[in-house]
Amino acid sequence: MNRSLVVSSFLHIILIMITAMSLPFLTKKPLELPPIVSVELIQITDKTNIPFAPKAKKTIEKIKEKEKKLVSEQAPPKKVKKIKPDAVPMPDDKADKIEKIKEDKQNPEKIDNEIKQVSEFEKKELFDPNNIAALIDKSKIETAEISNETDKVTQDQQKSIDIAGLSLSEEDALKAQIFGCWSIPLGLPYNENLLVRIKLQLNPDGTVSKSEILDHARMNKPGQGFYKVLAESALRAVKLCQPLRVPTTGYERWKELQLNFDAREMLEG
Amino acid sequence: MIRILFIILIIISPIRALALIEVDITRGNLNPLPVAVSPLSIDENSRQSFENIIKIKNIGSEISKIVEKNLKTSGLFNPLNKDAFLQTPEIANLKPRFEDWNLIKAQALITGKVNFVDDKLRVEFRLWDVLAGKEMMALAFTTVPDNWRRVGHIITDKVYERLTGEKGYFDTRIIYVAEEGPKTRRVKKLAIMDQDGANNKFLTLGNELVLTPRFNPNSQMVTYLSYFRNLPRVYLLDIETGMQEVVGDFPGMTFAPRFSPDGKKIIMSFAKDGNSDIYTMDLENRIVEKITNHPSIDTSPSYSPNGKYICFNSDRSGYQQIYIMNSDGSNVKRISFGKGLYGTPVWSPRGDLIAFTKLHKGKFYIGVMRTDGSGERLLTENFYQEAPSWSPNGRVLIFYRETKTDDKGEGFSTKLWSIDLTGYNERLVSTPEDASDPSWSSLLGN
Repeated sequence: MNRSLVVSSFLHIILIMITAMSLPFLTKKPLELPPIVSVELIQITDKTNIPFAPKAKKTIEKIKEKEKKLVSEQAPPKKVKKIKPDAVPMPDDKADKIEKIKEDKQNPEKIDNEIKQVSEFEKKELFDPNNIAALIDKSKIETAEISNETDKVTQDQQKSIDIAGLSLSEEDALKAQIFGCWSIPLGLPYNENLLVRIKLQLNPDGTVSKSEILDHARMNKPGQGFYKVLAESALRAVKLCQPLRVPTTGYERWKELQLNFDAREMLEG
Repeated sequence: MIRILFIILIIISPIRALALIEVDITRGNLNPLPVAVSPLSIDENSRQSFENIIKIKNIGSEISKIVEKNLKTSGLFNPLNKDAFLQTPEIANLKPRFEDWNLIKAQALITGKVNFVDDKLRVEFRLWDVLAGKEMMALAFTTVPDNWRRVGHIITDKVYERLTGEKGYFDTRIIYVAEEGPKTRRVKKLAIMDQDGANNKFLTLGNELVLTPRFNPNSQMVTYLSYFRNLPRVYLLDIETGMQEVVGDFPGMTFAPRFSPDGKKIIMSFAKDGNSDIYTMDLENRIVEKITNHPSIDTSPSYSPNGKYICFNSDRSGYQQIYIMNSDGSNVKRISFGKGLYGTPVWSPRGDLIAFTKLHKGKFYIGVMRTDGSGERLLTENFYQEAPSWSPNGRVLIFYRETKTDDKGEGFSTKLWSIDLTGYNERLVSTPEDASDPSWSSLLGN
């Protein structure tokens, strides 16, 4: 009896210790996320990867303070009209603006103005050579090298993104696109398994280099004729949607993608 | 002990593996699929031969028009305007240039050719997946030239099945009661036509009142009710041969004879000793069996496709509602509980739904519900409409609708309408005269 109690207590203590060690992020305060303005236009991958975000927040706040100091030392900022949230720059526009900022670094007004337009996390991006490099040239190796030299936080974040997959906004954008392309065959028997899994290999521009139906054998099984119709409709949707709305960065994490087409929800109505 | 600890450690340790990203697509669009129906190519000799026989200038083009019209009326396809086609039928039939068809946003393409071979019509057709750039289906038919319209319907059925996953309903016919004359003195004849309204024929002269024709689900046999010397009489009519026979004379009010799924029995209701109940009659030995035995009025019986159950309407709860029971009359269950009166239940050939007519607050509705009574959906509402009949694939309902008579007693008419299960694709089915009581046949090829 006593022995069992000791063993049980010992095991419990070990479990608690392991949990405490392996899940340290639980002890940290949750991050307050700013409202998402547009799911399709902004790269907010960093925001949805919570574990390393507090670090990023700190870094951003440091940068912010630095800028404030800069502004107050040199000249008082002019009052500039705030641009509406709708005017959040497209990823391409962003690159232009970043370049502009680089050119006019000595002009504190302009820096302040740009920062006012974007969310806190994008401010970090303005000073993140990694992301600038990614926008101008999508070379993964180059990005990694610059990242090593400049910002350790960004490297950590990238790691977490690789593991976490697509952020919610990226996934939503992709889903919304495919929803529009997929013409569901209405005659399918909705009491059957109507799941088609398609594995895609993507090019960096979102076009599909290879598509493969994972349950291919099911097509030729007797009584599964409807599955062929469903699988073909899913393949048509993928082809019609090309290029897919994939993130502009992080090609490594989404170069292979699995789409699970399930028609049951729609057909059951 | 150490081993156990080691295993626990492995399980609990955070494993950071780079997994394949999965995205679940659970929604799609229900927009009609853009389809290009290229006219079937035909050589000059064949064209002239057909023109001499059936007086049609270009049979290839006419067949493709039938396919196009069928696909459009289904509501599931959007046939593209032929003016936008970049490839001629002759070349498209040999090898479609998919870029050209992609350019006009076609997702599927139908090509084919027509030949005059040994005084017969030979039609080849191919269905192409434009986006994948591959052939989905290729078939050929040979028939007598007069059957050219049916070839168009058969092609549509094949295309429909290949693209939607369910059988088509285009190579079918509809039997109905043709009506003419003022409301108080209507002349009613039995008539039949193709599902698209073509080839209309009258089967009776209109001397006797005919009612409720119903197709055998397995053949081109029809049962209907007619009044002979004011007595209701149930007939069987073979559409192929024109042979007609009397099944029997029945007492009092007799309603809506309908075939069992195997076509060996008919089920109907008639009043005996002042009480309407449901009966079946075996067509081989003519034995009549009483199925319900209740003092209420039980009418409009319809078998489930597997023949195990029967739905019917009854006022046993005080109001007319829909009930189901086993085919032997046991285990009667009420399934409709909504407000209003429910009638004319018809079991879908797919077995999943029951169509009905509902009367509520002076309006008539055609609707469907699941076989347990759940999921009631009203598809269409009107001043007066009833008698839904299913297409053989259980996707479309045909019914008839009456218009109001004006103050002078004029303006009354009855027309056939069809609506699909989405409730959006409502269409008038054109008939040469007024029409009521439609019944949809099974596929003619079956």
